This record gives sequence, structure tokens and C-alpha cells, in this order.
Amino acid sequence: MTEAQARKLKVSVYRYNPDKDNKPYMQSYDVDTQLVNGQMLLDVLHVIRVDDPTLGFRQSCREGVCGSDGMNINGKNGLACVTKIVDLPNKITIRPLPGLPVVRDLIVDMSQFYRQYEKAEPYLQNDQPAPAKERLQSPEERAKLDGLYECILCACCSTSCPSFWWNPDKFLGPAALLQAERFLIDSRDNATEERLTALDDAYKVFRCRSIMNCVDVCPKGLNPTKAIAAIREKLIQEGT
Amino acid sequence: MSIPEIAFDAVIIGGGGAGLRASLQLAGAGRKVAVLSKVFPTRSHTVAAQGGINAALGNMEDDDWRWHMYDTFMGSDSMADQDAIEYMCKNAPQTVYELEHMGLPFSRLENGRIYQRAFGGQTRDFGKGGIAHRTCAAADRTGHAMLHTLYQQNIKAKANIFSEWYAVDLVKSRNGGIAGVIAINMETGETVYLNAKATILATGGAGRIYESTTNAFTNTGDGPGMAMRAGLPLQDMEMWQFHPTGIAGVGVLITEGVRGEGGYLLNKDGERYMERYSPQLKDLDCRDFVSRSSMMEMREGRGLGPKSDHVLLKLDHLGEEIINTRLPGIRELAKTFAGVDPLRDPIPVVPTCHYMMGGIPTNYHGQAITVDNDGKDKIVDGLYAIGECACVSVHGANRLGANSLLDIVVFGRASGIHVGERLVEGLDMPVASRDDIDAAQVRLNRWNTTTDGESVEVIRAEMRKVMQEDFGVFRDGESMAPGLKKLEALQERLQHAALKDKSEVFNFARFEALELDNLMEIALSTARQANHRTESRGAHSRFDCPDRDDSKWLKHIAIFADGRMADRAVNMKPNEVEPLQVKEREH
Repeated sequence: MTEAQARKLKVSVYRYNPDKDNKPYMQSYDVDTQLVNGQMLLDVLHVIRVDDPTLGFRQSCREGVCGSDGMNINGKNGLACVTKIVDLPNKITIRPLPGLPVVRDLIVDMSQFYRQYEKAEPYLQNDQPAPAKERLQSPEERAKLDGLYECILCACCSTSCPSFWWNPDKFLGPAALLQAERFLIDSRDNATEERLTALDDAYKVFRCRSIMNCVDVCPKGLNPTKAIAAIREKLIQEGT
Repeated sequence: MSIPEIAFDAVIIGGGGAGLRASLQLAGAGRKVAVLSKVFPTRSHTVAAQGGINAALGNMEDDDWRWHMYDTFMGSDSMADQDAIEYMCKNAPQTVYELEHMGLPFSRLENGRIYQRAFGGQTRDFGKGGIAHRTCAAADRTGHAMLHTLYQQNIKAKANIFSEWYAVDLVKSRNGGIAGVIAINMETGETVYLNAKATILATGGAGRIYESTTNAFTNTGDGPGMAMRAGLPLQDMEMWQFHPTGIAGVGVLITEGVRGEGGYLLNKDGERYMERYSPQLKDLDCRDFVSRSSMMEMREGRGLGPKSDHVLLKLDHLGEEIINTRLPGIRELAKTFAGVDPLRDPIPVVPTCHYMMGGIPTNYHGQAITVDNDGKDKIVDGLYAIGECACVSVHGANRLGANSLLDIVVFGRASGIHVGERLVEGLDMPVASRDDIDAAQVRLNRWNTTTDGESVEVIRAEMRKVMQEDFGVFRDGESMAPGLKKLEALQERLQHAALKDKSEVFNFARFEALELDNLMEIALSTARQANHRTESRGAHSRFDCPDRDDSKWLKHIAIFADGRMADRAVNMKPNEVEPLQVKEREH
């Protein structure tokens, strides 16, 4: 591990505390990277919080698997805990994930995002009695779930999607549709027809315009656009 | 001051694997359940578990849950309760099949069955048949796959999830049991009393007492802290697992599954040193033993770096296909946090605090146990504890890898079944007096009203430093005694610390202060019990008392907040099988 060269960062952070602020504002902090214990943007936020414990942001695992610390970093959504300081310029602007109501500072109200997730019925459905042991699934069938099941629900994708900004209640958004495809394609799920019927309207799937911001920002390297295309194809086949 | 009250059949505190499994059992049976979680449930630390979950399915070769039970007991250094490990290992296959039926995307064998890998301390035929492949895996993201599956099933079961609610303290009932909990809605700051026929603690670990840990920021021992303040004991708190492979300097976990798939540890001379320490199991020996071996290499100057402060985990020889299909998450973590691609280069690793074997003593239904004035076990009415915050005890002095995901689902399920049965029998809603409800808010009020004092941050940093320096992999009476004194002084300072920010909406400074109270209870209990146990057993290894001493120390030890301790016998009476014999471990 090499020590990064000392840098003076200028970090501008979106601030809003409903207890005392009438409106949001940007607050600037100077951070000397020599004081940062770690290599990630999250570690920079910790240094800021030592002096200013009022700064609010979510965090938990600090290794990119819990999905708590999604935020907009220099205009692009990402997880603070896996965003390397060396990859950022000295001037860093941090805002909450766009398109969702801000509750405080970098903390957004994610209920709309979760509601869309639930609409995708993200649970295995199989009306056959379960066998005494496991349901069998070949490695090839299982491989179809790769690239889908790994989603961490950080919302970086859906909140970078213009279609989700315009119709957050009608378009399910990339994260929810990734899960829709994860269960459509699972060989153990036999509710395919019902799932497709539930998805078949002008908005839930078809508002995707293949802008591909979701693919660009996903911290897990997943491809929701591809999953959405696969659902579209099934819906079109179903319709003919 | 009167606060709103809501009543439930059961309140579960913690939305990780244990809490969600318990919730599913009860919500599925139509019970009115609330799951309180200080993070949205899929952000709980179960999500970070990698390697897998043990169950003797026998998919790779013949297997038997009795062999699993034997390994668990040997791994525990004879300190696990035999009735509890019997229950866990026997119910493991059924519990795993249930998870599969719920949709958990396990990796598969050619014949369509669940893939099982080798893991540390797992053997066949009572230690005589070589290494077992018993660990059911979803690539190296088993915890993520499990937690999301359980959350999804809770959506289906329409469970009440109180997401981003923080539990402050337990409320005692008039009959001396537990009547519920005081909790804060983190988004609004509102304080509420949740009254329940059963309160189930499922708050996970507390690895944040150490400077370097694989644990999430949220692993702060809230359940054990609450139990202690309610006058209940913890148990075996000196037993902390140090995982052999945390990424050096960062602490991020690299699964034992890497070694299960054939990876191994190297010192600076390129020697596979575990062959020397453990000729039979080598790199797949138990975690306490592998961690001590790595520490010895580093102490004797065979570690890497100018300070000889890490060793290497080599896996490039496994080849691209195995790494990309079975260990993709590890490759991602190594690239991100260590700057190495394990397809080519070894990962720098170091033993890192990982797991709390101790916790709230319970029976294998999850019912919390206290010790009365005559030294006898007594069930605490209305209170359960499951998962890492509990001490059943299935891990004794050292947990086997992949037994923790098993622990959380088996005992999450068991507690749900037990509470469900008691509700059918007709359980009364416990009643708390106004004074009891007020008493559970004293600590919160103290933080809300104190205006001048030291910051939480400084005290927390000092506590973590003491724990790291004096209560690590190797311990010594000479440093532990002053270490305990330092912690006692820190606890005293914490009583007078103050919050600057007293705002209501998502005030994380307030929650971190409340969490530090819990961490301090855990750190102090650990230090007191580590000083007290003058032998070496499992993860508790003392230079000044290097041997295991069954005549004096083959026992659990409970500890109360004031430091008072009480011995509890290790259960040696399984219900079905012959008791396992206490013996020395072999390497």
C-alpha cells in the first residue's frame, strides 16, 4: 500500500437540516488528505464529521455491499465507500442522490424507490409443493441469475435515470426492473405469466429510453438496461 | 413525560438475518410483529457474510450432522453447549432447504444440487475422515443472497418493518421480566414505547470496540448493552474471533472460502507456513489457530512490510474460472481495497477482529437467561436473544467459519417457533409501570440535556485503541490489567460527555453517542472477563497462562454491568446422541 501524496481537498457538501434551515445551501470544507485515515471518499467525510458532527449521511459496511452511502459525487452517482480519493480532483462537490426528497443533508427519502422495488414482487413464486430437499437447478440455469441478484439497492441507478425522475411512481426504474428480471428468469419461479401481465403497461417497463445512465453508475457493475431489454422482449413476445 | 405506546405480539430488534428469519416465522403465522432496524434491513451486516452456511447435506460426499456437531464442539475448544450444537447441526439441512425454497440463489453442482465448499475445521467421520465439503455457498456472496432473500420473503409476508428506528433501552415489566423497548424514529426524532408479549434482540455483533475490524459501523452491541443496563448478564465476553484474512490496513473481510477453494497463506520467504503449524488441516485449521500462527510469523519477523505487519493470501493458482465463478466478490474487494488483482498477485492480509462469541446467555429456544442470587439459571420473561448478540452457546471459545449464518437462521427460526407456540398457549401482554417506562429513558434524557462535556469521538477512539493494543489475538496479564483500568476511566468520562447537535431529524451524532454507551459496556465486559480467565482456550490466548485448564475453567462465565460474575456449567447433555468427550484439539 502506497501512501497517496498529500493533497488539499476542497469539499463542497449539500447541507439542509429541516430543524433549522429554511432552504438548502452548499458548505465548503478544506481537507488535508494527510489527516484522512483511508483511501476512500467516505474516509474524507469522516474527517469532516470530526469537526462538524452535524453533517448527516448514511453508512454501514464501508465495503460497497450494503448500499447505504449512495450520493452524487461531482455530478455522478456512486458509493462514497468505494470511490477512491486518487480518482477525484481536488475540488469535490457532493450532493444527495437526485430526484428523491432530501430529508437532511445527504440523506434522501427512499420510500418511493422501495415502493417500486416491492411492485416488482421481488420474491420467488412457485405454487408447486416444495420437495423434501432443494429444488434442482442446473449450473447453467443458475448462471442466468448472475448480474441480477447482486444488486445492493443503493439506488444509484434509479436516481440517475431521467425516466425515473419524470415518472417515479409509474416507471419502476432500473433497480426494480433488474429484480423483476431476476425472478422472471429464475428456473424455480413459475409465476412468469402473472409477472409479465403485471408489468405490461405503458409505463412500468416501457418508459425506459435506453439512456444507460444506470449502467454507467452501478457500483456493482450490473447492467439494468440489458435486463429491461430482456423483459421488453418477453412482453412483446407475450403480446403477439 | 408521556410518550406514544404501540402494542405487538412480538417486537424484534434488528433486521439482519436472525431478526428477519424470526419475523418471517411469526408474520407467516399471522402474528402482529414489528421488526425495528436502525438501517434499512438489507443494509444489516449479514449482507457482508461471504463464504457460506454449514449444513450436512451430503451433496459432495457422505456427510452426517453428528460429524458437524463434533467439529463444532472441537472448534469451540469444548466450551459450546452440547444441547445447543445438537439442535443447530441437526436442524441445519432443513433450515438450508427452506432458504433454497425461498429463492436463495445458491451455487449449483452439475446434478442441480447446492454447491458445498470446504471450510476451516470441517471434517468427516469425527475428525478421522479428512476435510469435509459442508459449506453451502452462493458464490462468495452468501450473506448478501441470504439477507435479500429473507427481506423479500418478509415483503411477501407483509411484516411490519420499522426501518431506521433505533432501540434505546428495554422496559422492565411489573413481574420482573421485559415488557418492551423504548425506540426512536430516526427520521423524526420521535420517541415511542413498543410494548410486546415477546421482545427479541437480534442486534448482531460489536466489532467496533476494536480499531481494526471486519465489522460495519453499525455493529455496536446495542442488544447486549440494553440487556446489561436492564440488570441482565452477558457471557463469555473474552471470546473474540480474529479472522485470519482481513485486508491489511483496511480490515475488509476476505472469506475463508478462498482457502476452502485451495488458496493458502505465505510468509515473506514465500513459505506456506500453515503446513508447519498444522500438518493435517493446514490453512483450513480453525480460525483462532490460523490467526495465532500468522501473528507468530509476523512477531518473528517473517511478515511482510517494513514492520512485518502482514502476510499474503495466494490464490492465483486457482485459475481465472474458479476465481471468477466462486470468488468474484473477493476479486472485486482485493482490487478496490488492496489494489491487487488476485488473478495475478496475492492479497496482503492480517488477523482482524471479526466476531463476538459471547453475548446474552440463552437456551436453544432463544430465551434469555439470567443467574439468580443462588447462582441458578433463570429464564427472563418476555425476552429472547438470537444471532451474534446471543450466546446460546454454539460457538464456545471459537466459532467455526460458516456456522454464524447457520446460527442466525436456525435460532431466528427457533425463537419464532417458540414465541409462536407460547402465543397460542395464551401469553399475557406484560405491563410496565410509568416509572419503568421513565427509567428506560434516563440515558436518552441525559444525552439530550447535557450541554457541556467531552466529545463522543475522542472517547470512542481511545477505547478502540485500548482494545486493539491490550485485548487482541495474544493477551497478557501485564497489559490487560492496566488496559482494564484505562477502560474504567473512559467509562467514567463517557458519563459526562455531551452532544453538540441536539436536532431531531436523522441526528447521527445522537445515535453514535447512544451506541458508544453500548460499545463501552461490551469493551469493559471483555476486559474484565479476559483478565479473569487465567488460562488459554479458543480465541482467548494468554502469554502468561498458555495452557488450557479444564479443571478450573471449563465453564461459561456470566458477567453483570457492575462486574459481578457467575459461573455457568457447559451443557454436556445432548438430547439424542451420546455426549461428546472433552479432549484436546489436534492440528
